[in-house]
Amino acid sequence: MTTRRIFTRPARIAAIAPYVWMALFFLVPFVFVLKISLSETVIAQPPYAPAFDLSAGWEVLRGHLSKLSLDNFYLLASDDIYIFSYLRSVIVALVSTAILLVIGYPVAYAMAKLPRRWQGIAMMLVVVPFWTSFLIRIYAWINILQHDGLLNALLLTLHIIDRPMPWLSTDSAMYLGIVYSYFPFMILPLFATLSKMDDALLEAACDLGCSRLKAFWLVTVPLSLPGVAAGALLCFIPIAGEFVIPDLLAGSDNMMIGQTLWLEFFTNRDWPVASTIAVVLLVLLLAPLLVYEHIQRKQLEVR
Amino acid sequence: MSRAISAPLMRIENVAKRFGGFAAVDGVSLEIGAGEFFALLGPSGCGKTTLLRMLAGFETPDQGGIWLDGENIADVPPHLRPVNMMFQNYALFPHLSVEGNIAFGLKRAGMTKDEAAARVADMVALVRLQGLERRKPDQLSGGQRQRVALARALARRPRLLLLDEPLAALDKKLRAETQAELVQVQRRLGMSFVIVTHDQEEAMTLADRIGVMNKGQLVQVAAPRTLYERPDTRWVAGFVGDINLFEGRVASRGGGFVRVATPLAGELRVAGDVDAGRDACIAVRPEKLTLAHGFAAGGDNAQPGEIVDADYLGGLMRYRVKLKGGDVVQVARANAAGSAVAFEAGQPVTVSFAPEDAVVLTQ
Repeated sequence: MTTRRIFTRPARIAAIAPYVWMALFFLVPFVFVLKISLSETVIAQPPYAPAFDLSAGWEVLRGHLSKLSLDNFYLLASDDIYIFSYLRSVIVALVSTAILLVIGYPVAYAMAKLPRRWQGIAMMLVVVPFWTSFLIRIYAWINILQHDGLLNALLLTLHIIDRPMPWLSTDSAMYLGIVYSYFPFMILPLFATLSKMDDALLEAACDLGCSRLKAFWLVTVPLSLPGVAAGALLCFIPIAGEFVIPDLLAGSDNMMIGQTLWLEFFTNRDWPVASTIAVVLLVLLLAPLLVYEHIQRKQLEVR
Repeated sequence: MSRAISAPLMRIENVAKRFGGFAAVDGVSLEIGAGEFFALLGPSGCGKTTLLRMLAGFETPDQGGIWLDGENIADVPPHLRPVNMMFQNYALFPHLSVEGNIAFGLKRAGMTKDEAAARVADMVALVRLQGLERRKPDQLSGGQRQRVALARALARRPRLLLLDEPLAALDKKLRAETQAELVQVQRRLGMSFVIVTHDQEEAMTLADRIGVMNKGQLVQVAAPRTLYERPDTRWVAGFVGDINLFEGRVASRGGGFVRVATPLAGELRVAGDVDAGRDACIAVRPEKLTLAHGFAAGGDNAQPGEIVDADYLGGLMRYRVKLKGGDVVQVARANAAGSAVAFEAGQPVTVSFAPEDAVVLTQ
């Protein structure tokens, strides 16, 4: 297998496909959003200025370009509401990811230790909630958690509490919803790495003086780190931008950045500020991605 | 180079292991001497690996005992046994360097950092891996990985080293070199080695004694030469090297020889001691048969025949000869200096062998 042989024509097309995809469906929309974030709000259609009109010719376009400014970014940096929203998003994402990891790792480990024919069934059980709409599942949680909901009814019947507890509209409810919704995203990459683990490595560790627990810490855990990183990333990034779950399950005192963005966009109709929030969020989320990339590169170097 | 076996280091007594209804190891008893290089040889599925895993502690025997230095270790978990294993595909830790792999067991053994570092350096020198200490297993060749695995298994100075098909992943030339190294290392350390292999040549090259296993049982334990020249059963004779078998019945015995009546012309005379009237089988290695041109009467056990085909194998010529009695036998002839005389297909020949060069088998 020489390097030259790898780059046959179909392979080359396959290799550029993801780049084309990224350009069309990520880069181009992102440029639009970036442009809007540099514009200013007006009461018009569209609700920002300047609006580019490519038919007006190059001179007009250049005039518009010179009107773009970073004002919205200064606004974001100067207003507590945005900073707190970002902070809350990062904290919620971190805490949720940590909880997911603590619950997900043992479950994925147990799944990987199942006999092969049971693994498929376990996998099905993890994935099966996806067959129901996400929104319906969150509404189901509202039903369970609300004042006269199933949870309170159950606890009252069992005489654990004597008056209904406020479950809904709390941070606990939000964390419950997030952990519940993102569970498969943590399980699947963890399961993928753990099920590939060579049992001979654990035997070798035991042979060299490790108890089973010690072998787990010294062999299984370090070798599963790529799966941990993938799972954590797969959860952390979308949770940081989460809108629906905090909006439906959490109280309205603190907002995550997704909610703030929604507010700016739909309630205030301030497209430029909403776009600015989106751009900054993207840049913030690049940090964990770069860390992951670094880990992966180190993994590849080892090969 | 078989050496006297001193006091046994390990005694395996009537050990058995079943998996479901399948008896993987079925009543094996064996003693392994201190400083001995012992090979467990057998076809795949014969139970040799299961037996080795019981010595390592990865399997617990259903019955019987395993004594090491007089202590029954049958139920001792692997990490508490003074025994180490070199795994078939090495099972090197991919996240650790060469050093890290070799040092892995030393930290567990309660060595200080300095002691462990010194031991690692010793081991690296022993298996000649200097300069590669910081490489990860994936950055090593197959031969280098094999040496890391050996160093890692030896680092804790076990009383007994177990090797599970340690050379199976290497190509033929490298395997021959590595075999020589393995014997050198074992001699130098004076440690007991038990190797599992399905390759009889490897077992013969390496081991002081070989235990041949079949269907969960130990069928013969002997030094390589004895095993090859004096196999106990037809199965062992056929498994260890090529063999020609002549089935028949013992006609008479006396003076350390038996005469066996077979479908071939005349009675065959072979060294052995089997009662007259018993069914028996004469086993002769291909290289113990001699070939002569034409039908020459006389000589020991001379049989007329005809060359069926001739294979040139470099150092050897291998002929298949159809004997008058109907059997086709294999004859191997060294391409030695001056042996220009060759035989061709269709030529009439006489095949003979000395009575001392064959064995008579009853099992």
